[in-house]
Amino acid sequence: MSELSKLTIAEARDAMRAGDVTSVEITEACVSAIEGADALGAFVHKTPEIALEQAKAADARIKSGDAPAMCGIPLGIKDLFCTKGVASQAASNILEGFKPEYESTITQNLWDAGAVMLGKLNMDEFAMGSSNETSAYGNAVNPWKRAGDDAELTPGGSSGGSASAVAGDLCLAATGTDTGGSIRQPAAFTGITGLKPTYGRCSRWGVVAFASSLDQAGPMTKTVRDAAIMLQSMAGHDAKDSTSADLPLPDFEAALTGDIRGKKIGIPKEYRMDGMPEEIEKLWQEGTEMLRSAGAEIVDISLPHTKYALPAYYVIAPAEASSNLARYDGVRYGHRAKLAEGDGIEQMYQKTRAEGFGHEVKRRVMIGTYVLSAGFYDAYYNRARRVRALIKKDFDDVFAAGVDSILTPATPSAAFGLGEMADADPVQMYLNDVFTVTVNLAGLPGIAVPTGVNAHGLPLGLQLIGRPWQEDELLNAAYALESAAGFVSKPAKWW
Amino acid sequence: MSIDIDTARRVAHLARIAVDENDLPALAGELSQILTFMEQLNEVDVDGVEPMTSVTPMRLKRREDVVTDGNMQDKILANAPDAREGFFAVPKVVE
Repeated sequence: MSELSKLTIAEARDAMRAGDVTSVEITEACVSAIEGADALGAFVHKTPEIALEQAKAADARIKSGDAPAMCGIPLGIKDLFCTKGVASQAASNILEGFKPEYESTITQNLWDAGAVMLGKLNMDEFAMGSSNETSAYGNAVNPWKRAGDDAELTPGGSSGGSASAVAGDLCLAATGTDTGGSIRQPAAFTGITGLKPTYGRCSRWGVVAFASSLDQAGPMTKTVRDAAIMLQSMAGHDAKDSTSADLPLPDFEAALTGDIRGKKIGIPKEYRMDGMPEEIEKLWQEGTEMLRSAGAEIVDISLPHTKYALPAYYVIAPAEASSNLARYDGVRYGHRAKLAEGDGIEQMYQKTRAEGFGHEVKRRVMIGTYVLSAGFYDAYYNRARRVRALIKKDFDDVFAAGVDSILTPATPSAAFGLGEMADADPVQMYLNDVFTVTVNLAGLPGIAVPTGVNAHGLPLGLQLIGRPWQEDELLNAAYALESAAGFVSKPAKWW
Repeated sequence: MSIDIDTARRVAHLARIAVDENDLPALAGELSQILTFMEQLNEVDVDGVEPMTSVTPMRLKRREDVVTDGNMQDKILANAPDAREGFFAVPKVVE
Protein backbone atom coordinates (compact mmCIF):
# COMPACT_ATOMS: atom_id res chain seq x y z
CA MET A 1 0.00 0.00 0.00
CA SER A 2 2.62 2.53 1.07
CA GLU A 3 4.28 2.31 -2.36
CA LEU A 4 1.36 4.31 -3.77
CA SER A 5 2.41 7.51 -1.99
CA LYS A 6 5.65 7.34 -3.98
CA LEU A 7 3.86 7.85 -7.28
CA THR A 8 4.41 10.97 -9.32
CA ILE A 9 1.38 13.02 -10.34
CA ALA A 10 1.76 11.84 -13.95
CA GLU A 11 2.00 8.17 -12.94
CA ALA A 12 -0.99 8.43 -10.62
CA ARG A 13 -3.07 10.26 -13.22
CA ASP A 14 -2.36 7.66 -15.88
CA ALA A 15 -2.94 4.73 -13.52
CA MET A 16 -6.22 6.17 -12.25
CA ARG A 17 -7.44 6.86 -15.77
CA ALA A 18 -6.52 3.32 -16.79
CA GLY A 19 -8.51 2.02 -13.84
CA ASP A 20 -5.45 0.35 -12.27
CA VAL A 21 -5.75 2.25 -9.00
CA THR A 22 -8.24 4.57 -7.31
CA SER A 23 -7.75 7.93 -5.68
CA VAL A 24 -9.07 6.44 -2.45
CA GLU A 25 -6.27 3.84 -2.51
CA ILE A 26 -3.57 6.44 -3.16
CA THR A 27 -5.05 8.78 -0.57
CA GLU A 28 -5.19 6.03 2.07
CA ALA A 29 -1.54 5.23 1.36
CA CYS A 30 -0.64 8.89 1.89
CA VAL A 31 -2.73 9.14 5.07
CA SER A 32 -0.93 6.14 6.55
CA ALA A 33 2.48 7.48 5.43
CA ILE A 34 1.64 10.76 7.18
CA GLU A 35 0.52 8.94 10.34
CA GLY A 36 3.94 7.32 10.57
CA ALA A 37 5.94 10.44 9.84
CA ASP A 38 5.40 12.79 12.77
CA ALA A 39 9.17 12.82 13.25
CA LEU A 40 9.44 14.84 10.03
CA GLY A 41 7.23 17.59 11.46
CA ALA A 42 5.83 18.17 7.98
CA PHE A 43 2.05 17.92 8.40
CA VAL A 44 0.89 20.23 11.18
CA HIS A 45 -2.88 19.99 10.60
CA LYS A 46 -4.05 16.68 9.17
CA THR A 47 -7.35 16.42 7.29
CA PRO A 48 -7.83 12.72 6.47
CA GLU A 49 -11.65 12.98 6.54
CA ILE A 50 -11.66 15.76 3.96
CA ALA A 51 -9.11 13.84 1.92
CA LEU A 52 -11.14 10.63 1.76
CA GLU A 53 -14.30 12.54 0.95
CA GLN A 54 -12.56 14.34 -1.91
CA ALA A 55 -10.90 11.12 -3.09
CA LYS A 56 -14.28 9.38 -3.37
CA ALA A 57 -15.66 12.27 -5.39
CA ALA A 58 -12.55 12.21 -7.59
CA ASP A 59 -12.95 8.50 -8.26
CA ALA A 60 -16.53 9.07 -9.39
CA ARG A 61 -15.39 11.88 -11.66
CA ILE A 62 -12.58 9.81 -13.16
CA LYS A 63 -15.05 7.00 -13.79
CA SER A 64 -17.26 9.41 -15.70
CA GLY A 65 -14.34 9.99 -18.03
CA ASP A 66 -14.21 13.74 -17.62
CA ALA A 67 -11.43 14.43 -15.14
CA PRO A 68 -8.63 17.03 -15.27
CA ALA A 69 -5.04 15.90 -14.72
CA MET A 70 -5.01 16.80 -11.03
CA CYS A 71 -8.20 14.86 -10.30
CA GLY A 72 -7.70 12.47 -7.40
CA ILE A 73 -4.12 13.62 -6.66
CA PRO A 74 -3.46 13.89 -2.88
CA LEU A 75 -1.60 17.08 -1.97
CA GLY A 76 -0.15 18.83 1.04
CA ILE A 77 -0.93 22.54 1.39
CA LYS A 78 1.46 25.04 2.93
CA ASP A 79 -0.03 26.59 6.07
CA LEU A 80 0.18 30.03 4.40
CA PHE A 81 -2.84 29.22 2.21
CA CYS A 82 -6.25 29.97 3.67
CA THR A 83 -8.38 26.85 3.53
CA LYS A 84 -12.02 27.15 4.49
CA GLY A 85 -12.82 25.72 7.89
CA VAL A 86 -9.30 24.29 8.29
CA ALA A 87 -6.70 25.88 10.55
CA SER A 88 -4.52 28.29 8.58
CA GLN A 89 -2.07 30.09 10.81
CA ALA A 90 1.06 30.78 8.76
CA ALA A 91 2.98 28.85 11.44
CA SER A 92 2.42 31.79 13.82
CA ASN A 93 0.99 31.91 17.31
CA ILE A 94 -0.72 35.17 16.44
CA LEU A 95 -3.09 33.26 14.14
CA GLU A 96 -3.73 30.51 16.63
CA GLY A 97 -7.20 29.08 16.19
CA PHE A 98 -7.84 30.96 12.94
CA LYS A 99 -10.14 29.04 10.62
CA PRO A 100 -10.80 31.02 7.46
CA GLU A 101 -14.34 31.49 6.23
CA TYR A 102 -13.02 31.42 2.67
CA GLU A 103 -10.72 29.44 0.40
CA SER A 104 -7.62 30.82 -1.36
CA THR A 105 -7.98 31.03 -5.13
CA ILE A 106 -5.12 28.60 -5.75
CA THR A 107 -6.44 25.89 -3.46
CA GLN A 108 -9.94 26.43 -4.84
CA ASN A 109 -8.51 25.95 -8.36
CA LEU A 110 -6.89 22.71 -7.22
CA TRP A 111 -10.09 21.40 -5.56
CA ASP A 112 -12.09 22.39 -8.64
CA ALA A 113 -9.72 20.20 -10.64
CA GLY A 114 -10.46 17.34 -8.26
CA ALA A 115 -7.28 17.38 -6.17
CA VAL A 116 -7.33 15.98 -2.63
CA MET A 117 -6.20 17.83 0.53
CA LEU A 118 -4.24 15.73 3.02
CA GLY A 119 -3.59 18.63 5.40
CA LYS A 120 -1.54 21.71 6.12
CA LEU A 121 2.24 21.84 6.01
CA ASN A 122 4.85 23.32 8.28
CA MET A 123 6.78 26.45 7.28
CA ASP A 124 8.76 29.32 8.74
CA GLU A 125 6.54 31.78 10.59
CA PHE A 126 4.90 34.06 8.00
CA ALA A 127 7.35 32.51 5.49
CA MET A 128 10.22 34.40 7.10
CA GLY A 129 13.17 32.08 7.27
CA SER A 130 15.38 29.70 5.33
CA SER A 131 15.43 26.69 7.64
CA ASN A 132 11.87 26.18 8.94
CA GLU A 133 13.23 26.90 12.43
CA THR A 134 11.03 29.96 13.05
CA SER A 135 7.79 27.96 13.01
CA ALA A 136 5.37 28.08 15.94
CA TYR A 137 4.86 24.33 15.36
CA GLY A 138 8.52 23.48 15.83
CA ASN A 139 10.98 22.33 13.19
CA ALA A 140 10.25 20.46 10.01
CA VAL A 141 12.99 17.89 9.42
CA ASN A 142 14.71 16.88 6.20
CA PRO A 143 14.13 13.21 5.28
CA TRP A 144 17.76 13.19 4.08
CA LYS A 145 20.67 12.67 6.44
CA ARG A 146 24.40 12.85 5.85
CA ALA A 147 25.91 9.41 5.22
CA GLY A 148 26.96 7.87 8.52
CA ASP A 149 25.70 10.81 10.56
CA ASP A 150 22.46 10.83 12.52
CA ALA A 151 22.16 14.60 12.87
CA GLU A 152 18.82 16.02 11.80
CA LEU A 153 19.06 18.46 8.92
CA THR A 154 16.88 21.36 7.87
CA PRO A 155 14.61 20.83 4.87
CA GLY A 156 15.19 24.52 4.11
CA GLY A 157 12.59 27.22 4.30
CA SER A 158 10.27 28.75 4.28
CA SER A 159 8.38 25.91 2.53
CA GLY A 160 10.22 23.34 4.65
CA GLY A 161 7.17 21.20 5.48
CA SER A 162 6.22 21.07 1.81
CA ALA A 163 9.72 19.97 0.82
CA SER A 164 9.94 17.38 3.60
CA ALA A 165 6.50 15.94 2.79
CA VAL A 166 7.21 15.56 -0.93
CA ALA A 167 10.75 14.20 -0.48
CA GLY A 168 9.51 11.81 2.22
CA ASP A 169 6.70 10.53 -0.04
CA LEU A 170 3.95 11.59 2.36
CA CYS A 171 2.05 13.14 -0.54
CA LEU A 172 2.38 13.27 -4.31
CA ALA A 173 3.09 17.00 -4.38
CA ALA A 174 2.62 20.16 -2.35
CA THR A 175 1.97 23.86 -2.72
CA GLY A 176 4.71 26.28 -1.73
CA THR A 177 5.24 30.01 -1.78
CA ASP A 178 8.40 31.88 -2.68
CA THR A 179 9.23 35.44 -1.64
CA GLY A 180 13.03 35.22 -1.78
CA GLY A 181 13.67 31.55 -2.52
CA SER A 182 11.22 29.76 -0.26
CA ILE A 183 10.22 27.18 -2.89
CA ARG A 184 13.54 26.72 -4.66
CA GLN A 185 15.92 26.53 -1.68
CA PRO A 186 13.93 23.83 0.20
CA ALA A 187 13.42 21.94 -3.08
CA ALA A 188 17.20 21.92 -3.60
CA PHE A 189 17.81 20.84 0.02
CA THR A 190 15.50 17.84 -0.32
CA GLY A 191 16.13 16.63 -3.89
CA ILE A 192 12.78 17.64 -5.36
CA THR A 193 11.59 20.09 -8.04
CA GLY A 194 10.33 23.54 -7.04
CA LEU A 195 8.92 26.14 -9.42
CA LYS A 196 8.37 29.82 -8.69
CA PRO A 197 6.21 31.15 -11.53
CA THR A 198 6.34 34.66 -12.99
CA TYR A 199 4.96 37.24 -10.55
CA GLY A 200 1.25 37.46 -11.34
CA ARG A 201 0.89 33.96 -12.82
CA CYS A 202 -0.78 32.54 -9.71
CA SER A 203 -3.30 34.51 -7.69
CA ARG A 204 -2.19 35.71 -4.28
CA TRP A 205 -5.78 35.98 -3.04
CA GLY A 206 -6.22 34.08 0.20
CA VAL A 207 -2.50 33.49 0.64
CA VAL A 208 -1.33 35.15 3.86
CA ALA A 209 0.75 38.12 2.67
CA PHE A 210 4.44 38.52 3.52
CA ALA A 211 5.86 40.92 0.90
CA SER A 212 3.18 41.52 -1.69
CA SER A 213 5.42 42.64 -4.57
CA LEU A 214 7.59 39.51 -4.19
CA ASP A 215 5.24 36.71 -3.03
CA GLN A 216 4.35 34.07 -5.57
CA ALA A 217 3.00 30.56 -5.05
CA GLY A 218 4.07 27.53 -7.02
CA PRO A 219 4.24 23.74 -7.13
CA MET A 220 6.74 21.53 -5.27
CA THR A 221 6.85 18.15 -6.95
CA LYS A 222 8.84 14.98 -7.57
CA THR A 223 9.49 15.74 -11.25
CA VAL A 224 9.51 18.59 -13.74
CA ARG A 225 6.53 17.04 -15.53
CA ASP A 226 4.56 17.12 -12.28
CA ALA A 227 5.43 20.79 -11.82
CA ALA A 228 4.03 21.49 -15.29
CA ILE A 229 0.83 19.57 -14.57
CA MET A 230 0.26 21.16 -11.18
CA LEU A 231 1.05 24.71 -12.34
CA GLN A 232 -1.63 24.32 -15.01
CA SER A 233 -4.24 23.89 -12.27
CA MET A 234 -2.90 26.52 -9.89
CA ALA A 235 -2.35 29.36 -12.36
CA GLY A 236 -4.70 31.71 -14.15
CA HIS A 237 -6.25 35.12 -13.95
CA ASP A 238 -8.18 36.02 -10.83
CA ALA A 239 -10.23 39.19 -10.56
CA LYS A 240 -9.72 39.10 -6.78
CA ASP A 241 -5.96 39.78 -7.13
CA SER A 242 -5.32 43.04 -8.98
CA THR A 243 -1.74 41.94 -9.81
CA SER A 244 -2.89 38.64 -11.28
CA ALA A 245 -2.08 38.56 -14.99
CA ASP A 246 -4.90 38.36 -17.49
CA LEU A 247 -2.90 36.28 -19.96
CA PRO A 248 -3.69 32.98 -21.64
CA LEU A 249 -2.03 29.91 -20.09
CA PRO A 250 0.15 27.83 -22.36
CA ASP A 251 -0.15 24.04 -22.12
CA PHE A 252 2.82 23.53 -19.81
CA GLU A 253 3.04 19.76 -20.02
CA ALA A 254 2.82 19.79 -23.83
CA ALA A 255 5.91 22.04 -23.84
CA LEU A 256 8.04 19.23 -22.41
CA THR A 257 9.72 17.96 -25.55
CA GLY A 258 13.20 17.89 -24.08
CA ASP A 259 14.42 19.54 -27.25
CA ILE A 260 16.55 22.55 -26.35
CA ARG A 261 18.77 22.54 -29.46
CA GLY A 262 19.81 26.05 -30.35
CA LYS A 263 18.50 27.55 -27.11
CA LYS A 264 20.79 30.11 -25.54
CA ILE A 265 21.60 29.38 -21.89
CA GLY A 266 23.33 32.18 -20.00
CA ILE A 267 25.91 31.54 -17.27
CA PRO A 268 26.14 34.67 -15.09
CA LYS A 269 29.66 35.37 -13.89
CA GLU A 270 28.49 37.27 -10.81
CA TYR A 271 27.01 34.06 -9.37
CA ARG A 272 30.51 32.64 -9.02
CA MET A 273 30.84 33.89 -5.46
CA ASP A 274 33.99 34.09 -3.40
CA GLY A 275 34.26 31.10 -1.13
CA MET A 276 31.68 29.09 -3.04
CA PRO A 277 32.07 25.41 -2.03
CA GLU A 278 33.76 23.27 -4.64
CA GLU A 279 30.82 20.84 -4.75
CA ILE A 280 28.52 23.66 -5.85
CA GLU A 281 30.99 24.89 -8.47
CA LYS A 282 31.34 21.32 -9.78
CA LEU A 283 27.58 20.78 -9.89
CA TRP A 284 27.17 24.00 -11.87
CA GLN A 285 29.88 22.96 -14.34
CA GLU A 286 28.28 19.56 -14.81
CA GLY A 287 24.86 21.10 -15.36
CA THR A 288 26.32 23.45 -17.94
CA GLU A 289 27.87 20.52 -19.80
CA MET A 290 24.58 18.59 -19.68
CA LEU A 291 22.74 21.45 -21.36
CA ARG A 292 25.54 21.89 -23.89
CA SER A 293 25.39 18.18 -24.73
CA ALA A 294 21.63 18.50 -25.20
CA GLY A 295 22.33 21.02 -27.94
CA ALA A 296 21.98 24.33 -26.13
CA GLU A 297 24.33 27.19 -26.83
CA ILE A 298 26.12 28.22 -23.65
CA VAL A 299 26.94 31.91 -23.33
CA ASP A 300 28.70 33.83 -20.58
CA ILE A 301 26.59 36.71 -19.35
CA SER A 302 26.85 39.48 -16.81
CA LEU A 303 24.20 40.57 -14.29
CA PRO A 304 26.22 43.41 -12.76
CA HIS A 305 23.90 44.34 -9.87
CA THR A 306 23.60 40.81 -8.45
CA LYS A 307 25.64 41.71 -5.40
CA TYR A 308 23.06 44.27 -4.33
CA ALA A 309 20.05 41.98 -4.59
CA LEU A 310 20.25 40.65 -1.05
CA PRO A 311 20.54 44.03 0.71
CA ALA A 312 17.79 45.46 -1.53
CA TYR A 313 15.59 42.48 -0.71
CA TYR A 314 16.17 42.90 3.01
CA VAL A 315 14.91 46.47 2.79
CA ILE A 316 11.92 45.86 0.53
CA ALA A 317 10.63 42.58 2.01
CA PRO A 318 10.59 43.77 5.65
CA ALA A 319 9.09 47.10 4.59
CA GLU A 320 6.19 45.36 2.90
CA ALA A 321 5.93 42.87 5.76
CA SER A 322 5.66 45.62 8.36
CA SER A 323 2.66 46.99 6.46
CA ASN A 324 1.05 43.63 5.79
CA LEU A 325 1.48 42.39 9.35
CA ALA A 326 -0.07 45.54 10.82
CA ARG A 327 -3.39 43.73 10.50
CA TYR A 328 -2.55 41.35 13.36
CA ASP A 329 -3.86 43.49 16.17
CA GLY A 330 -5.87 41.07 18.26
CA VAL A 331 -9.20 42.48 17.10
CA ARG A 332 -10.48 40.51 14.11
CA TYR A 333 -8.82 37.11 14.35
CA GLY A 334 -6.22 35.04 16.12
CA HIS A 335 -4.55 35.67 19.44
CA ARG A 336 -5.30 38.49 21.87
CA ALA A 337 -3.10 39.01 24.90
CA LYS A 338 -4.58 38.87 28.39
CA LEU A 339 -4.76 42.45 29.55
CA ALA A 340 -4.01 43.94 32.92
CA GLU A 341 -6.48 46.10 34.79
CA GLY A 342 -6.63 49.49 33.13
CA ASP A 343 -4.88 48.48 29.90
CA GLY A 344 -6.21 50.39 26.91
CA ILE A 345 -6.26 49.54 23.24
CA GLU A 346 -2.63 50.59 22.77
CA GLN A 347 -1.45 48.06 25.38
CA MET A 348 -3.66 45.44 23.75
CA TYR A 349 -1.92 45.93 20.41
CA GLN A 350 1.57 45.96 21.89
CA LYS A 351 1.12 42.95 24.16
CA THR A 352 -0.76 40.94 21.55
CA ARG A 353 1.96 41.46 18.94
CA ALA A 354 4.77 40.85 21.43
CA GLU A 355 3.23 37.52 22.46
CA GLY A 356 1.98 36.43 19.06
CA PHE A 357 4.97 37.09 16.82
CA GLY A 358 8.18 35.08 17.01
CA HIS A 359 11.63 36.61 17.20
CA GLU A 360 12.49 36.70 13.49
CA VAL A 361 9.09 38.15 12.56
CA LYS A 362 9.39 40.90 15.16
CA ARG A 363 12.88 41.72 13.94
CA ARG A 364 11.73 42.05 10.33
CA VAL A 365 8.62 44.04 11.21
CA MET A 366 10.80 46.47 13.17
CA ILE A 367 13.41 46.73 10.39
CA GLY A 368 10.57 47.41 7.97
CA THR A 369 9.10 50.01 10.30
CA TYR A 370 12.47 51.71 10.55
CA VAL A 371 13.21 51.88 6.81
CA LEU A 372 9.74 53.29 6.17
CA SER A 373 9.87 55.84 8.97
CA ALA A 374 10.12 59.57 8.36
CA GLY A 375 13.67 60.60 7.49
CA PHE A 376 14.78 57.14 6.33
CA TYR A 377 12.22 56.37 3.65
CA ASP A 378 14.34 57.84 0.85
CA ALA A 379 17.69 56.67 2.16
CA TYR A 380 16.63 53.03 2.49
CA TYR A 381 13.31 52.19 0.95
CA ASN A 382 13.38 54.34 -2.17
CA ARG A 383 17.04 53.59 -2.77
CA ALA A 384 16.30 49.85 -2.56
CA ARG A 385 13.47 50.23 -5.07
CA ARG A 386 15.83 52.03 -7.44
CA VAL A 387 18.41 49.27 -7.08
CA ARG A 388 15.63 46.79 -7.72
CA ALA A 389 14.89 48.55 -11.02
CA LEU A 390 18.57 48.12 -11.96
CA ILE A 391 18.51 44.41 -11.05
CA LYS A 392 15.48 43.92 -13.26
CA LYS A 393 17.20 45.84 -16.07
CA ASP A 394 20.19 43.46 -15.84
CA PHE A 395 17.84 40.60 -16.74
CA ASP A 396 15.94 42.61 -19.37
CA ASP A 397 19.24 43.36 -21.14
CA VAL A 398 20.33 39.73 -21.14
CA PHE A 399 17.00 38.50 -22.47
CA ALA A 400 17.01 41.27 -25.10
CA ALA A 401 20.39 39.95 -26.23
CA GLY A 402 18.74 36.64 -27.05
CA VAL A 403 19.35 34.55 -23.94
CA ASP A 404 16.49 32.08 -23.39
CA SER A 405 17.26 30.99 -19.86
CA ILE A 406 19.91 31.31 -17.19
CA LEU A 407 21.59 28.50 -15.25
CA THR A 408 22.82 29.09 -11.69
CA PRO A 409 23.27 27.10 -8.49
CA ALA A 410 20.06 26.99 -6.41
CA THR A 411 21.77 27.29 -3.03
CA PRO A 412 25.27 28.07 -1.74
CA SER A 413 25.45 24.72 0.12
CA ALA A 414 23.68 21.45 0.79
CA ALA A 415 21.19 21.23 3.69
CA PHE A 416 22.72 22.21 7.01
CA GLY A 417 22.01 20.85 10.47
CA LEU A 418 19.04 22.06 12.50
CA GLY A 419 20.35 24.44 15.12
CA GLU A 420 23.66 24.84 13.29
CA MET A 421 22.91 28.45 12.43
CA ALA A 422 21.52 29.34 15.86
CA ASP A 423 24.55 31.43 16.81
CA ALA A 424 25.07 32.95 13.39
CA ASP A 425 24.04 36.56 12.90
CA PRO A 426 20.81 37.05 10.90
CA VAL A 427 22.72 38.12 7.81
CA GLN A 428 24.45 34.70 7.64
CA MET A 429 21.04 33.02 7.38
CA TYR A 430 19.95 35.54 4.75
CA LEU A 431 22.86 34.42 2.52
CA ASN A 432 20.91 31.23 1.79
CA ASP A 433 18.83 33.28 -0.61
CA VAL A 434 21.76 34.73 -2.52
CA PHE A 435 21.05 32.87 -5.80
CA THR A 436 17.27 32.95 -5.63
CA VAL A 437 16.35 36.43 -4.44
CA THR A 438 17.23 38.24 -7.69
CA VAL A 439 14.47 36.28 -9.41
CA ASN A 440 11.80 37.57 -7.00
CA LEU A 441 13.03 41.14 -7.29
CA ALA A 442 12.79 40.92 -11.09
CA GLY A 443 9.47 39.01 -11.00
CA LEU A 444 10.84 36.19 -13.17
CA PRO A 445 10.04 32.48 -13.19
CA GLY A 446 12.68 30.22 -11.65
CA ILE A 447 12.90 26.49 -11.05
CA ALA A 448 15.15 24.33 -8.89
CA VAL A 449 15.95 20.86 -10.22
CA PRO A 450 17.96 18.21 -8.34
CA THR A 451 21.01 17.24 -10.38
CA GLY A 452 23.45 15.56 -8.01
CA VAL A 453 24.55 14.63 -4.52
CA ASN A 454 27.50 15.91 -2.50
CA ALA A 455 30.25 13.91 -0.77
CA HIS A 456 27.90 13.25 2.18
CA GLY A 457 25.17 11.92 -0.08
CA LEU A 458 22.98 15.00 0.25
CA PRO A 459 21.03 16.29 -2.76
CA LEU A 460 22.08 19.45 -4.57
CA GLY A 461 20.05 21.45 -7.05
CA LEU A 462 20.54 23.86 -9.90
CA GLN A 463 18.31 26.77 -10.76
CA LEU A 464 17.07 27.77 -14.19
CA ILE A 465 15.67 31.28 -14.63
CA GLY A 466 13.32 32.04 -17.50
CA ARG A 467 11.83 34.96 -19.37
CA PRO A 468 8.65 36.43 -17.90
CA TRP A 469 5.50 34.43 -18.80
CA GLN A 470 7.55 31.72 -20.45
CA GLU A 471 7.24 29.00 -17.85
CA ASP A 472 6.61 26.60 -20.73
CA GLU A 473 10.08 27.27 -22.19
CA LEU A 474 11.60 27.23 -18.72
CA LEU A 475 9.98 23.92 -17.81
CA ASN A 476 11.23 22.42 -21.05
CA ALA A 477 14.80 23.50 -20.30
CA ALA A 478 14.39 22.07 -16.78
CA TYR A 479 13.04 18.86 -18.27
CA ALA A 480 16.13 18.55 -20.48
CA LEU A 481 18.36 19.14 -17.45
CA GLU A 482 16.41 16.62 -15.36
CA SER A 483 16.62 13.99 -18.11
CA ALA A 484 20.37 14.50 -18.50
CA ALA A 485 21.05 14.50 -14.75
CA GLY A 486 18.98 11.37 -14.13
CA PHE A 487 18.71 12.15 -10.42
CA VAL A 488 16.89 9.19 -8.84
CA SER A 489 18.28 9.08 -5.29
CA LYS A 490 15.81 8.87 -2.44
CA PRO A 491 16.38 9.38 1.27
CA ALA A 492 16.64 6.19 3.34
CA LYS A 493 13.59 5.98 5.60
CA TRP A 494 14.51 6.57 9.29
CA TRP A 495 11.32 8.20 10.56
CA MET B 1 24.35 53.50 10.71
CA SER B 2 24.06 52.41 14.26
CA ILE B 3 20.79 52.28 16.12
CA ASP B 4 20.81 53.50 19.70
CA ILE B 5 18.52 52.36 22.46
CA ASP B 6 16.19 55.34 22.10
CA THR B 7 15.72 54.62 18.40
CA ALA B 8 15.09 50.93 19.12
CA ARG B 9 12.45 51.94 21.67
CA ARG B 10 10.83 54.30 19.16
CA VAL B 11 10.80 51.67 16.38
CA ALA B 12 9.23 49.09 18.72
CA HIS B 13 6.56 51.62 19.63
CA LEU B 14 5.86 52.49 15.98
CA ALA B 15 5.54 48.77 15.23
CA ARG B 16 3.24 48.36 18.25
CA ILE B 17 5.35 45.57 19.69
CA ALA B 18 6.01 45.63 23.44
CA VAL B 19 9.74 45.22 24.11
CA ASP B 20 11.10 44.96 27.63
CA GLU B 21 13.58 47.74 28.58
CA ASN B 22 16.16 45.05 29.31
CA ASP B 23 15.87 43.67 25.77
CA LEU B 24 16.38 47.01 24.03
CA PRO B 25 20.21 46.91 23.86
CA ALA B 26 20.21 43.50 22.16
CA LEU B 27 17.48 44.63 19.77
CA ALA B 28 19.42 47.80 18.92
CA GLY B 29 22.48 45.63 18.19
CA GLU B 30 20.60 43.30 15.88
CA LEU B 31 18.94 46.10 13.98
CA SER B 32 22.27 47.88 13.57
CA GLN B 33 23.83 44.73 12.17
CA ILE B 34 21.14 44.41 9.52
CA LEU B 35 21.29 48.10 8.63
CA THR B 36 25.05 47.86 8.21
CA PHE B 37 24.45 45.08 5.70
CA MET B 38 22.05 47.35 3.83
CA GLU B 39 24.61 50.15 3.64
CA GLN B 40 26.08 48.39 0.59
CA LEU B 41 23.24 49.92 -1.39
CA ASN B 42 24.96 53.28 -1.05
CA GLU B 43 27.65 52.07 -3.47
CA VAL B 44 25.14 51.95 -6.33
CA ASP B 45 24.70 54.94 -8.59
CA VAL B 46 20.93 55.37 -8.74
CA ASP B 47 20.86 58.85 -10.26
CA GLY B 48 18.00 59.14 -12.71
CA VAL B 49 16.67 55.66 -11.92
CA GLU B 50 12.96 55.53 -11.19
CA PRO B 51 12.01 53.41 -8.16
CA MET B 52 10.42 50.19 -9.34
CA THR B 53 6.69 50.20 -8.66
CA SER B 54 5.50 47.15 -10.53
CA VAL B 55 7.22 43.93 -11.43
CA THR B 56 5.61 43.68 -14.81
CA PRO B 57 4.57 46.65 -16.92
CA MET B 58 0.87 46.22 -16.36
CA ARG B 59 -1.92 48.64 -15.74
CA LEU B 60 -3.87 47.72 -12.67
CA LYS B 61 -7.38 46.71 -13.51
CA ARG B 62 -10.22 48.89 -12.41
CA ARG B 63 -13.37 47.32 -11.13
CA GLU B 64 -16.90 48.56 -11.19
CA ASP B 65 -17.69 50.54 -8.07
CA VAL B 66 -20.57 48.34 -7.05
CA VAL B 67 -21.53 46.16 -4.11
CA THR B 68 -20.47 42.58 -4.84
CA ASP B 69 -21.12 40.88 -1.54
CA GLY B 70 -22.19 41.52 2.03
CA ASN B 71 -24.65 40.26 4.66
CA MET B 72 -22.09 38.00 6.27
CA GLN B 73 -21.68 39.57 9.70
CA ASP B 74 -21.49 36.15 11.33
CA LYS B 75 -18.63 35.06 9.08
CA ILE B 76 -16.72 38.29 9.61
CA LEU B 77 -17.00 37.96 13.39
CA ALA B 78 -16.46 34.19 13.50
CA ASN B 79 -12.73 34.42 14.24
CA ALA B 80 -12.76 37.44 16.54
CA PRO B 81 -11.19 36.93 19.99
CA ASP B 82 -14.02 39.02 21.45
CA ALA B 83 -17.21 39.70 19.51
CA ARG B 84 -20.35 40.96 21.19
CA GLU B 85 -23.77 41.87 19.87
CA GLY B 86 -22.57 41.91 16.29
CA PHE B 87 -19.47 44.02 16.95
CA PHE B 88 -15.75 43.54 17.51
CA ALA B 89 -15.13 44.33 21.17
CA VAL B 90 -11.94 46.11 22.29
CA PRO B 91 -10.78 47.80 25.50
CA LYS B 92 -11.94 51.32 26.12
CA VAL B 93 -10.51 53.69 23.47
CA VAL B 94 -11.79 57.08 24.63
CA GLU B 95 -11.48 58.15 28.26
